[in-house]
Amino acid sequence: MSSSLSSSAPFSLSKSQGRPLGQRLLILSAWLAFGLLLLLPLYVVLSEALKLGFGTFFSAMLEPDALAAMQLTLIAVGISVPLNLVFGVAAAWCVSKYEFRGKSLLITLIDLPFSVSPVIAGLIYVLMFGAQGWFGPWLLDRDLQIIFAVPGIVLATLFVTVPFVARELIPLMQEQGTQEEEAARLLGASGWQMFWHVTLPNIKWGLIYGVVLCTARAMGEFGAVSVVSGHIRGLTNTLPLHVEILYNEYNHVAAFSVASLLLVMALFILLLKQWSESRINRQRHNSAEE
Amino acid sequence: MSRRTSPVIPGFGLTLGYTLLYLSLLVLIPLGAMFLKTTALSWSEFIAVITDTRVLAALQLSFGTALAAALINGVVGTLLAWVLVRYTFPGRKIMEAMIDLPFALPTAVAGIALTALYAPSGLIGQWATDLGFKIAYTPLGISLALTFVTLPFVVRTLQPVLADIPREVEEAAACLGANPWQSFRYVLLPALLPAWLTGFALAFARGVGEYGSVIFIAGNMPMKTEILPLLIMVKLDQYDYTGATAIGVLMLVVSFILLLLINLLQRRIATP
Repeated sequence: MSSSLSSSAPFSLSKSQGRPLGQRLLILSAWLAFGLLLLLPLYVVLSEALKLGFGTFFSAMLEPDALAAMQLTLIAVGISVPLNLVFGVAAAWCVSKYEFRGKSLLITLIDLPFSVSPVIAGLIYVLMFGAQGWFGPWLLDRDLQIIFAVPGIVLATLFVTVPFVARELIPLMQEQGTQEEEAARLLGASGWQMFWHVTLPNIKWGLIYGVVLCTARAMGEFGAVSVVSGHIRGLTNTLPLHVEILYNEYNHVAAFSVASLLLVMALFILLLKQWSESRINRQRHNSAEE
Repeated sequence: MSRRTSPVIPGFGLTLGYTLLYLSLLVLIPLGAMFLKTTALSWSEFIAVITDTRVLAALQLSFGTALAAALINGVVGTLLAWVLVRYTFPGRKIMEAMIDLPFALPTAVAGIALTALYAPSGLIGQWATDLGFKIAYTPLGISLALTFVTLPFVVRTLQPVLADIPREVEEAAACLGANPWQSFRYVLLPALLPAWLTGFALAFARGVGEYGSVIFIAGNMPMKTEILPLLIMVKLDQYDYTGATAIGVLMLVVSFILLLLINLLQRRIATP
């Protein structure tokens, strides 16, 4: 987005001395708001984490419970992102390549998890699979546990990240239309050949963008996971839940150390996002020139 | 459900079927089960749960703070979007990239960072204490936390619309004698309003349901700083599943009605 925006910015030539006062004030107040609202919290995380030096910082991160939490977070991300990736491609495919009745309803349903509170997302799975839930007795008979165990955490993470990939792909694929796929079919390509050689290269960067956003949310989800986790240390704690426990135990330095690990991951995700976004723009730019 | 425009392209049945199956299993059936669960309560019992003073206080707090945060973002977000689209200045690229930080940062991290910042001993909290007021553990603190988590919505919905408005439109207004404020108020604002409302609605909806960033800074005192999602958690901890479900249904219904209203308003503005 950034490259297309900067090319349309009308003041790209102006040097700061030629700026009207109003413009300077607007830029200054934007920086103030940005610094106060966004940068200051970042600074606080890092400064609190390093309060007692690097020794305590690293020992908080390498503690067994923290490592177990990290492992669980990786499991939740590793299962939910690929599943929602496949779903996102399928959903975007049927929404963007065909016309059918009820399409706008389907798009609304895909977006639904965004407008549901994460706590409700956790609650509905407790009602389904909890000890007193619809399938509770059945699961109990077979000695299967979903709630307060890893499957519940994966389910809750899946729910909150359902729309991410689909949402990025739908506008992109609608914009691209169906001509290239039709041409491939007329030249004798099979369905899968058409998908792998024509569609996938076209949507590659949009797909990566969606996956990046999906990963960020899956890694950081708190409310939904908190409901179904049961907070068993070393077993059902993800990294964000581990941060909460440490914080509530007044172990602030450790809490902020683990938090700064998550912060670094978030900054890395922003970099990836920026990169895939610029690739989408370049691709769009190229296809517009052709 | 079958009127394909492009019969050459395969996979309609497969992808639509998979999409519907996946959504049903993961989203629709569990959500439906929640609504079904409330039928265990009679109508008067349901009313009794949701008109409990503690629930009403939480309802008011959740929707009030989310509204305040969406309004703050309506102003700050417009400013940031404007500056990012219209001007080049030192650090613009960094600002552009970092705007999305609240979406990438886990909400619990945001929660503890903001609490440390606004608590009476924190960087900004200290300063507020000197002036004689508190930020953390008050509705003000909750609003600020929600402002942080929902900051990108208004900026990101306004940016593409702003970039599409040709500069000539404002120049024409200026030639006709409008001052900068007038050309903003009468030329730009009407064009931006639909997108602004979308951003506002997204921020508001997210704010109502937000949990992770709020519980640290809220203090969670019943009747005072207890948000609705937290009340659901409290009920669940007490094994009061029907109570939790009733509040969940209330939240969903109220959010849905508000979003519907905003949607209607948006349509009226878009088609004068």
